[in-house]
Amino acid sequence: MSLDPTLRDIMLAAVPSLRAFGISLCGNVDRADDLVQETLLRALANIDSFQPGTNMSAWLFTILRNLFRSEYRKRRREVEDADGSYAETLKTQPEQTSRVEFEEFRVALSKLPDDQREALVLVGASGFSYEEAAEICGCAVGTIKSRVNRARTRLSGLLSIDNADDFGPDLTTRTVLAGNERP
Amino acid sequence: MTERKPPEKPQSMDPSTRNTTTKRGKDASLGREVQAKIGQQLRSYYDGLIEPTPDRFVDLLQKLDKSSEGKGSAE
Repeated sequence: MSLDPTLRDIMLAAVPSLRAFGISLCGNVDRADDLVQETLLRALANIDSFQPGTNMSAWLFTILRNLFRSEYRKRRREVEDADGSYAETLKTQPEQTSRVEFEEFRVALSKLPDDQREALVLVGASGFSYEEAAEICGCAVGTIKSRVNRARTRLSGLLSIDNADDFGPDLTTRTVLAGNERP
Repeated sequence: MTERKPPEKPQSMDPSTRNTTTKRGKDASLGREVQAKIGQQLRSYYDGLIEPTPDRFVDLLQKLDKSSEGKGSAE
């Protein structure tokens, strides 16, 4: 069995997003890289079961997701990277201004249950449809939808994102009060 | 397990304060602005994780490619 160069290129092209998905799931860059490596090896070993013309990305995401889930069953999520050094392990670092937001979001995302996190990331960031996400996670489309909704609700609480209307008057009031109290 | 409690209703049920928020979809549990903000933050988080394919994966696939070429008959 030899790997068709076209397939190889499609696989390589899928890696950046696959890797980002892995990091989102396990919260650790090194572990995510191991997951990606294992995913590629499994994919190669089973390349005959891949049907040309179908979605290679979805296939690879499915393998990585299942690897993560089976690994997770064996050992608990160990590295939480509480000191925030996480982003430093990335070669492309987020800009200073968005760094705080990046960290806040990362922490909030890590607090979601696995099923909600994977659904939200697949649909909201990796660019899959609800149907594709359902295939990747091996569940019904309706289940994905409700997981995504619950994830959003949870995140809005964790990130204190309120209705935009509430920010304006509140900020103004605070500014006025602060101004009055200044000597 | 920790998901027992139902999502809190983000809007007041008082009709006098609800008149200004009629734009919101009825089936959406969160306001549109909130959903948009979360979506935006999620994407910028994810984009921050995107890096060029690390060399180890390029090498891995190329090495396998060569070793399988060696084994198979010439095409």
